[in-house]
Amino acid sequence: MNADKVLDAKGFACPMPVVRAKKAIDELEAGQVLEVHTTDKGSKNDLTAWAKASGHTVVNMKEENGVFTFWIKKG
Amino acid sequence: MSVKTMTVKEIANKIIQGEDLFIVDVRNPEEFADWRIEGKNVQVMNIPYFEVLDGVDPFLEQLPKEKENEIYVVCAKGGSSLFVAEQLEQAGFSHVYSIEGGMKAWSEHLEPVKIAELKNGGAIYQFVRLGKGCLSYLIESNGEGALIDTNRMTDVYIQFAKERGIVIKHVIDTHLHADHISGGRKLAEQLGAIYYLPPKDAKEVTFPYAPIQDGGRIQVGHTVIEALYSPGHTIGSTSFIVDDQFLLTGDILFIDSIGRPDLAGKAQDWVGDLRKTLYERYKQLADDLLVLPAHFMVPGEMNDDGSVGTTLGMLYAKNHGLNIASEEEFRKTVTENLPPQPNAYQEIRQTNMGKLHPNEEQQREMEIGPNRCAVR
Repeated sequence: MNADKVLDAKGFACPMPVVRAKKAIDELEAGQVLEVHTTDKGSKNDLTAWAKASGHTVVNMKEENGVFTFWIKKG
Repeated sequence: MSVKTMTVKEIANKIIQGEDLFIVDVRNPEEFADWRIEGKNVQVMNIPYFEVLDGVDPFLEQLPKEKENEIYVVCAKGGSSLFVAEQLEQAGFSHVYSIEGGMKAWSEHLEPVKIAELKNGGAIYQFVRLGKGCLSYLIESNGEGALIDTNRMTDVYIQFAKERGIVIKHVIDTHLHADHISGGRKLAEQLGAIYYLPPKDAKEVTFPYAPIQDGGRIQVGHTVIEALYSPGHTIGSTSFIVDDQFLLTGDILFIDSIGRPDLAGKAQDWVGDLRKTLYERYKQLADDLLVLPAHFMVPGEMNDDGSVGTTLGMLYAKNHGLNIASEEEFRKTVTENLPPQPNAYQEIRQTNMGKLHPNEEQQREMEIGPNRCAVR
């Protein structure tokens, strides 16, 4: 999937993955996609809940070898 | 800026002492809805941390009006609570504390409470796991000890016994637990003690154990623990009469509820056993026995000193589950409209049988969430 921006938040614990994702998405235009990589288990639910609460859409997500990848479309 | 923090032990003491606590839980709404810190005078609100990334202003109306009131912030593991505590300080609140280790630490904290002295010296202690509603016991007499229904945080029991010069000789489980991972086998190994299980619950276990059956007696110093077969939550469930004063009921009888018969998938089979245990076997026992269960569900079940327990006579007078005259209605109550089953209860049973070997992190995950062993 094509992303307009990639954020590597691997190794960061809560709340940093969401804090960084917010900063990154603030710099995008509506409709653009942010790709986020995390390793913190809590980030799975939290990034999804944050995206929902802020009007963004998680268009895809995968988990591979302990790394979570999210594609979030800015709302 | 450095945020003030507080340990879960300090929080536990405040709750037991009945202090008013205002807690802001910053986990996501799903986790909050499933499980949170509870206590008689605890007020808890949910503000997900990702909704206050730009500050707490949108929530000011729901927060205390007095900026010097104490606010305790909790999250899953203790990271996001620091972040939100800082946001609260920036908004002018002066007494904000982040709870160290978050709900993870809360779930694992055990608070020992002395229940009473024994007749010939020694004492019985209850270990209250506030975050999960689990209760375990240490019986001590003449320097010897027995542990019953322990949790997986074995260090706590070992340390407690060591500080008091108690040699643990017996480790007992009232039944094969489905809601928490037992510390029994590990403790017995670490301490060179004997691990007892009711054989009817232990048919599939993969390790050696000592069977404990109806009428069995375990001598601990100058006191005796006597086994009373009391099936219904599981087929093997066994209660223990300690020092002729205390009735350890395991997951059969609680303060404001009774055991559920369905966690091994046999509700219809075991409902008759449950009925017989509660309405016949226990009825023959002395009214003044102090009932000490393996769980509590709501803060209201807790006594003023933080312990959980009341006399059998009181329970026969007040516990709804002991006062259902019709067998048919009883059957319905304990087999229909049951609360959701505990998180990962199948895997927890397998672990307690020695069939699964999750690491510590996985064990923690399996135990997440509230206790759900009862029917009201």
